Amino acid sequence: MLGIGLAAAAIPMLMLVAGLTESSAFAFHAVLGLLAALGAVLFIGNRCFDGRVLPVPQEIDGKPNYNMGPVKFGVVAAMFWGIAGFAVGLLIASQLAFPALNLDLPWTNFGRMRPLHTSAVIFAFGGNVLIATSFYVVQRTSRARLAGDLAPWFVVLGYNLFIVIAGTGYLLGITQGKEYAEPEWYADLWLTVVWVVYLLVFLATLAKRREPHIYVANWFYLGFILTIAVLHLGNNLTVPASVLSPKSYIVWSGVQDAMFQWWYGHNAVGFFLTAGFLAIMYYFVPKRANRPIYSYRLSIIHFWALIFLYIWAGPHHLHYTALPDWAQTLGMTFSIMLWMPSWGGMINGIMTLSGAWDKLRTDPVLRMMVVSLAFYGMSTFEGPLMSIKAVNGLSHYTDWTVGHVHSGALGWVAYISFGAIYCLVPWLWNRRELYSLKLVNWHFWISTLGIVLYISAMWVAGIMQGLMWRAYTSLGFLEYSFIETVAAMHPYYVIRALGGALFLTGALIMAFNLWMTVRSESVDAPASEPADAGRLAPQLVPAQ
Amino acid sequence: MSLSNAAGPRRSLWSKHKIFETNSIILIIGVLLVISVGGLVEIAPLFYLKNTIETVEGMRPYTPLELAGRAIYVREGCYNCHSQMIRPLRDEVERYGHYSLAAESMYDKPFQWGSKRIGPDLARVGGKYSDEWHRLHLEDPRLIVPQSIMPGYGFLFRNELPLGEIGDEMRANRAGGVPYTDEMIAAARTDLKAQATPDHPGQDDLAKRYPKAQARDFDGDPGRITEADALIAYLQVLGTFIDFKLYDDKANIR
Repeated sequence: MLGIGLAAAAIPMLMLVAGLTESSAFAFHAVLGLLAALGAVLFIGNRCFDGRVLPVPQEIDGKPNYNMGPVKFGVVAAMFWGIAGFAVGLLIASQLAFPALNLDLPWTNFGRMRPLHTSAVIFAFGGNVLIATSFYVVQRTSRARLAGDLAPWFVVLGYNLFIVIAGTGYLLGITQGKEYAEPEWYADLWLTVVWVVYLLVFLATLAKRREPHIYVANWFYLGFILTIAVLHLGNNLTVPASVLSPKSYIVWSGVQDAMFQWWYGHNAVGFFLTAGFLAIMYYFVPKRANRPIYSYRLSIIHFWALIFLYIWAGPHHLHYTALPDWAQTLGMTFSIMLWMPSWGGMINGIMTLSGAWDKLRTDPVLRMMVVSLAFYGMSTFEGPLMSIKAVNGLSHYTDWTVGHVHSGALGWVAYISFGAIYCLVPWLWNRRELYSLKLVNWHFWISTLGIVLYISAMWVAGIMQGLMWRAYTSLGFLEYSFIETVAAMHPYYVIRALGGALFLTGALIMAFNLWMTVRSESVDAPASEPADAGRLAPQLVPAQ
Repeated sequence: MSLSNAAGPRRSLWSKHKIFETNSIILIIGVLLVISVGGLVEIAPLFYLKNTIETVEGMRPYTPLELAGRAIYVREGCYNCHSQMIRPLRDEVERYGHYSLAAESMYDKPFQWGSKRIGPDLARVGGKYSDEWHRLHLEDPRLIVPQSIMPGYGFLFRNELPLGEIGDEMRANRAGGVPYTDEMIAAARTDLKAQATPDHPGQDDLAKRYPKAQARDFDGDPGRITEADALIAYLQVLGTFIDFKLYDDKANIR
């Protein structure tokens, strides 16, 4: 009833905004919100009159009655946004190689498309993977149905509404101009509401748990949800020009705003793209390998060390800038220390395969997840290296950074997500197994080749451009004009686009494979997921 | 449980962790405490240490036209390819000019230091090229620089600059500490028109409110005020507030 009331109350407000604003883009968003509110009223109202409001049983035959609808939605949304995000990435990579592709239209130029790419892959693809897997893992490891009836659906649908508002906004020219935090004030407010409900659903499910311990994956999920909330609020404290204007101005200025931005930006990496995906690792790797986590103590140490140290690392994005030196030095020091807990996670994941290494040959899904841990280890070594001021002096502002980010994003984040989705789809839809492991193998090799092309092209391009900028002739003049260094990038930009095309191809193969899996015949209990086999110590192995 | 089975005296410390694993509220409090330390230590002092922002002469808030131009710069995502932060490295100072000071972005909401130079740094692009150069370059970058990979922005010359909200925007900036006065906000629309229109009678008042503001027709079309007027006015003021002939580096060593 609360839901229907709130949605109904939102309708006249949104109508008012849509009618009064001078910005057509803002009016479009108000109409989008209006449709969502109308949909919610119809859906909830229909449920009430249908007489289906009877409480859903928490257990059936003594087994938890898991709520997998929102998880399924999240998995499908993740695949959709993933492919969209990779495709936009390929487009903007091609724009840098062939600028005519910008078409010189407002909606298609690189400056507006690049945030669309980053948000689509990080927040739309990554975010849906995180929400879907967290709802799955928290239910399974707590042996309890997801808390709330409408609330989980509100989280997944509300989050995807945020994605649509953010993405269409960029193309229409609505942005805050802060990297990875481009959505404007009203989208930020909406995300805050969704996120609070997400936290509450997660906590309430933990509170219902029938296991004495909170499984390690859930520590990481909780760390991710909480910290992202704090970062989101800190970096988005803006004052709108008016309630009828999509534009707002951040309360921080200049150097303080820069520090807030990279405190946020680096920890979007640390908590969204690392802690959240480590949670996925801690459930899906031991499940798929059918082995316990390598070390319980290591998981404790690296969890606390990781979340403590990550927060300090932001200033390494601001080396040699007008940020005071003491802050830069702190940022560098903690970034180097961060190497250790990062590798703690990698070691704990990879060593979980002890005694099951042979599965790497036979199970391409597990291989994908193990390779993702190898990429995680590689990019968390490269990161501390690049945070050293002397190295950063060369690498900053160049494509080396872009290559570094993508070795983490494609190699680690996307691969562990692909692995988790390959596991989840047969489990969720009650299929015996994937349609084709051979296609997973193809996906793996094609996209690995793509990643290798991508990152090696960016290493060469980045280091070369950095060296060209600082090259002097024997007479003491700068050797290259800026545009000469741009022209030198062309072949590497072409190779990078080729790498991106291969990665996208792999994802399309995956989507086909998953589609065929869902279309195949269903079974009562998927072989890979025994229904309720004996319980093991919760700290070490995911509960069934 | 496996832990308690093997628990000896040396393992007692590890078993203490049980409190976090069995109580989600304590786990939340633990996480929040641990993640707040770094942020507090690194961010809070920037607001009270006096040497964070150098003492300089010449900094002023953007004029209404420059502010509107900055909003277009942000809207088109220029920061994705252009930094506005010259580092104190020999090659950068020779290529772009004096290294950037924190004071130079003290009224920037948000800061636009950038993170990637697909194109060159723009921190001191003001006055480096003529308006005519910017017009041709924005319309078709490869006309001026054949190897450029920048998109063309011809549509800025066709879009009329909306004037309606400029006062609101200045008010929102003031809420975050930019020293716009009531007088400046009241005169926002006049000032905006005066800066983009040749021989406008309001130009003297504009110069009083915003010292050294450059007033002329920026986009090559005196009859209209377009988005290109605003963007070029913004580009032409970048990095020009402080006179580095008079600035003493040593006085602000941090």
